[in-house]
Amino acid sequence: MLSILGVIFDGLAYGSLLFVISVGLSITLGLMGFNNLAHGVFAMAGGYLLVTLMSKAGIGFLAALPIVFVAVALGSLVLERTLYRPLYKSTPLVQVLLSVGIIFVTTAGANFIFGSGQQPVQIPEWLTGQVSLLGLDLSRYRLFLMLVVAGITLGLIFGLERTRFGAKIRASVDNQRMAESMGIRVERVFQLTFALGSGLAGLGGALGVDVLGLDPNFAVKYLVYFLLVVVVGGPGSVLGTLLAALLLGVADVAGKYYVPEMGAFIIYAAMIILLLLFPHGLLGRRNAK
Amino acid sequence: MSENVAQASRHHAYLRKLESWKPAEIGFWLVLVAVYFAFPTSLVFASQILITGIFAMSLDIILGYAGIVTLGHAAFFGIGAYTAGLMASHGYSDPFLGLLTAGLAAGVAGYLSSFLLSRGSDLTRLMITLGIGLLLFEVANSAASITGGVDGLQGVVIGKLFGVFAFDLYGKTAYLYVLVVAFLLFAFTRSMMLSPYGLALRSMRENKTRALAIGIPITACLTDIYTIAAIIAGVAGALLTQTTAFVGIDVLSFQRSADLLVMLIIGGTATMYGGFIGAAAFLLVQNSLSNINPQYWQFFLGILLIIMTLYLRGGVLGGLAKLAGFIRSRRNKERP
Repeated sequence: MLSILGVIFDGLAYGSLLFVISVGLSITLGLMGFNNLAHGVFAMAGGYLLVTLMSKAGIGFLAALPIVFVAVALGSLVLERTLYRPLYKSTPLVQVLLSVGIIFVTTAGANFIFGSGQQPVQIPEWLTGQVSLLGLDLSRYRLFLMLVVAGITLGLIFGLERTRFGAKIRASVDNQRMAESMGIRVERVFQLTFALGSGLAGLGGALGVDVLGLDPNFAVKYLVYFLLVVVVGGPGSVLGTLLAALLLGVADVAGKYYVPEMGAFIIYAAMIILLLLFPHGLLGRRNAK
Repeated sequence: MSENVAQASRHHAYLRKLESWKPAEIGFWLVLVAVYFAFPTSLVFASQILITGIFAMSLDIILGYAGIVTLGHAAFFGIGAYTAGLMASHGYSDPFLGLLTAGLAAGVAGYLSSFLLSRGSDLTRLMITLGIGLLLFEVANSAASITGGVDGLQGVVIGKLFGVFAFDLYGKTAYLYVLVVAFLLFAFTRSMMLSPYGLALRSMRENKTRALAIGIPITACLTDIYTIAAIIAGVAGALLTQTTAFVGIDVLSFQRSADLLVMLIIGGTATMYGGFIGAAAFLLVQNSLSNINPQYWQFFLGILLIIMTLYLRGGVLGGLAKLAGFIRSRRNKERP
């Protein structure tokens, strides 16, 4: 009984990380239909930036997180301008190739600069260890993760539902041409959303160094998971993405815990079945492009 | 009425013109024959390029002609490779029998999985093909008692061709064997793609709704083209097994699917020869650059991909065609 709760707890923590990293991809995919396989690169960049900031510049863990968020968001703006923008109207194939190219370059670059090993991260002392809650020993860091993610989710939902910019995003996702003719600058909306999403991915990558690990193959290793979360959740839907991320997180941890010999088999099988049952995602829009 | 007849005969003339083998095409295959005599020491590598070329051609059929983006094509290559390997390690060592069974097994898998592709958006399809590829990799990895797992399938013994020609260490028999199979598969694919059926596929790629409106059964077209591509990929996999007498688990890997996509793009899609040229260029450069440092290779490849998607659509063959068009237009300007 305890082990089941423990597995669910670990799965939820893992799923929250997946959510923070993937939510940006979900919105940009719903908004522009850009098949960006390289989204994990931003998470990887966030992870490496955090490790460098902490070890080289001596900045604390909590202080480094906002820096990572801003830096990755700004960096992604440059990439959006130079590489992504010319290809918005292209075929999926071209977009896939571009993002595979970006993955290759960053993987080789990270390998060259940081070496092929796992990167260590020093988590502040008050976040290490366990805390006893209702007879369960829960990792403090994972609790911290879930709190951060809950905060981000509330912020995102509030932003999307209650602010003017959120309304613009929703309008652009629903009907791009109509939004444009109403005077919304969809390109600008997209640019900002892209930066925000990439920044969140960077933050997720930084938070996840301790849980997911960090090595040059990060972007490829978790590529399937990020895409999976987005496709299953339905592109453009924040709640759908959250639901899918938590579900997949729990399923993956449970699979690895109870039937380790099956390896990653369960997650792939689950993905195919879910995609066949819900071709537009769990909470996706029927008319999604 | 007579206008229709005239139009129809014009279309026939167009198709017939496409159908005739051009000198450059004949030259291409003669060069491949010449390789046998010119590079007797690197025939093993040359057959690997040819096999990869066949594999890339099978991807070209579904990607270049039918417009289905897939990231899991290695699944069929791997099924073919393992089928041929298992046949040979269980005593059925005749190469042709292995080739046929491998093609059949991959074809069945392709036929079944094609139904999963008929729904959903491009991204959903991409994910499903990716998922099937990764799933098969996990299966091969877990079923180590049958497939050998990460150590690969050992004990593959391939019999003599026609019971006469044994596979030698220098790959002489292997090269000729692969070349003949490659040519037969190519000739088959070529005539299929130039037939009205091939044109129907292309119209499907360009605009699905219109294709459906003029009476092309797109779901059926998709099913059989995917099956045919799977068969060819399976045969390519079997050829790799038979010429190397070994099956490594990497035949099913994601890297193989991704590399294949890159090769095809480098060579040029929907050109018939793009797969072979891309495979040759990719493997030759990879071979020389990886010897220096594998990271350089990956970095260089990434940069190349980004530049190609931004500025150089159509790959090597597309670039050559553009160059030829440019020269022709210059000439026409000079002599109006």
